[in-house]
Amino acid sequence: MASVQIADVRKAYGSTQVIHGVDIDIDDGEFVILVGPSGCGKSTLLRMIAGLENITGGEIRIGPRVVNDVPPKERDIAMVFQNYALYPHMTVADNMAFSMKLRKAPQAEIDERVNKAAGILGLDKLLDRYPRQLSGGQRQRVAMGRAIVRDPQVFLFDEPLSNLDAKLRVQMRTEIKELHQRLKTTTVYVTHDQIEAMTMADKIVVMHDGIVEQMGAPLDLYDNPANLFVAAFIGSPSMNLLKGTIRANGFETEGGVIWPVGQHPADSNGRAAVMGIRPEHILLDPAGLPAEVVVIEPMGSETQVVVRCGGQDLTCIFRERITAKPGENIHIRPDTSVTHLFDAATGKRI
Amino acid sequence: MTIAAEARAGHQFSQGWLTRLFDYKPFLVFICLLPALGLLLVFLSYPLGLGVWLAFTDTRIGRAGYFIGFENFQSLWHDPVFITSVWNTLLYTGVATIGKFGLGLWLALLLNNHLPFKSLLRALILVPWIVPTVLSAIAFWWIYDPQFSIISYILVDVLGWRETYIDFLGAPWPARFSLIAANIWRGIPFVAISLLAGLQTISPALYEAAMLDGANAWQRFRHVTLPMLMPILAVVLTFSVLFTFTDFQLVYAITRGGPINSTHLMATLAFQRGIPGGQLGEGAAIAVAMIPFLVMATLFSYFALARRKWQQGEDND
Repeated sequence: MASVQIADVRKAYGSTQVIHGVDIDIDDGEFVILVGPSGCGKSTLLRMIAGLENITGGEIRIGPRVVNDVPPKERDIAMVFQNYALYPHMTVADNMAFSMKLRKAPQAEIDERVNKAAGILGLDKLLDRYPRQLSGGQRQRVAMGRAIVRDPQVFLFDEPLSNLDAKLRVQMRTEIKELHQRLKTTTVYVTHDQIEAMTMADKIVVMHDGIVEQMGAPLDLYDNPANLFVAAFIGSPSMNLLKGTIRANGFETEGGVIWPVGQHPADSNGRAAVMGIRPEHILLDPAGLPAEVVVIEPMGSETQVVVRCGGQDLTCIFRERITAKPGENIHIRPDTSVTHLFDAATGKRI
Repeated sequence: MTIAAEARAGHQFSQGWLTRLFDYKPFLVFICLLPALGLLLVFLSYPLGLGVWLAFTDTRIGRAGYFIGFENFQSLWHDPVFITSVWNTLLYTGVATIGKFGLGLWLALLLNNHLPFKSLLRALILVPWIVPTVLSAIAFWWIYDPQFSIISYILVDVLGWRETYIDFLGAPWPARFSLIAANIWRGIPFVAISLLAGLQTISPALYEAAMLDGANAWQRFRHVTLPMLMPILAVVLTFSVLFTFTDFQLVYAITRGGPINSTHLMATLAFQRGIPGGQLGEGAAIAVAMIPFLVMATLFSYFALARRKWQQGEDND
């Protein structure tokens, strides 16, 4: 196991720069998830850690060693690919044993490690099968088994769950997290799914257009998004964002509705801003603002309601059961202790 | 309900015998196969059957022959020219196939990399394949000419490595290898382009996975490229062997089997004896003697091409 340091790393294809100086410190044994929309450079960054892409500028260290010019096979890392990349002409056992066979490890050791990995992943009965004879989830497990057998310094996962159906994805999410808690190997995991990031990571790195927008523990990012991008990206359903102006008596939206807000700098009156309220932070209050119910989606434990207030649609989640029908008015107010204000021009948190 | 049943029965009887005949599946199958069957009979079975029949007769041009059993084959067995032609064919096929596959695979691997002008190079590779064989044979004839050979010119006059011009086609062994070289040149594009198509179906992620697993370039070739390429390699190999074994044009255009019958292949000898020589029966016997070899090559491909276990579908055996 080892720590990974990424220092001012840049990547350019010809004159197009895709990663503009990224700094990330990954502690020994940490589970870090790089998350962001398609094309944000997260997969490229992962492939640079793996050594499958050249590093245009900056420095990547695995443990104490700078690996910029170290070929992939000497970096002591294992990677799980999105399409699994299992060798189709080898059985499950051979797939997992391949790296050790190349290293000419003794057969007894190979068998022991393969059996151990198969035991951890529940692949014991599938060792003689070929990848074609396996289901998606089983192939995913073999790909992980291949990584475990290596006992590497760092695990790299490149969107490993995106080819699985929704139910299996939830199951594998738990399995990967459990596996990490058991093996405690440093892990870098790339996904575009913020739910995967929230549920699995020790630390989330939100990337966008080749830069790091914010980095931190999942709940830190959720509670204190540094900017509008992170605020909108993290959380499902996503945060309600209202454009408007900060006034002495609250936040005035473009629709002319005045919302109460929490603490903000005294000198910010009159400043153009965006207010963010998470759906579960909107409360029912008979003395609150009137809002027209547009859609009601009862989930059982909670009720998701889309309301229209001052010409803008807001998503709310209530623990209470809602009896109002679409078209009727309910009265709401934000929990002012957890509202967010962002500068309209820069998107930065105020 | 009874009325409806009666109406249906009545309707059945009202159909003519022709309609019922065309509704009869075996008849329909036969009718639909008839055109293809006719073509095969006229253009494939008849010539093949006639050839086999001729091999067992003493037919000459202008004289219908009599059935003479295996006499043609017995006399061929003691015919040194025929025996030489069999060895020549085996040597020609063996060496040329190895050469074509070695160079073709190498070329395919090169072209699979990112090269400048990749498409142009790929198109150029095909040139030997698209030029009519006789044209390229004449070009090679010129290249191998004892007096005007460009190879001799370069070696003697330009580089000064040799004192005398090379006699490519004047002696048996140089002539054989000259022909093999020409055949390799002509066969490479087919192998290279087919294998290139096979290479491009291999997922790059497999190479990346192998790289991370610690495989060097040779090991990646040995453990990823080669096994993944095996199915297409077997098909291309079979076709290449069949084409080379039955080759006629190159040899006939460059050496006509000479010098002193030492470069005859079975195909050229069969033609030589049968048409210019007029001995149709004997020529046919030589051609028929190729059949066992071709059947063996086909059987080889049949077993080598059998789908390997890892290629099979969802069977859980």
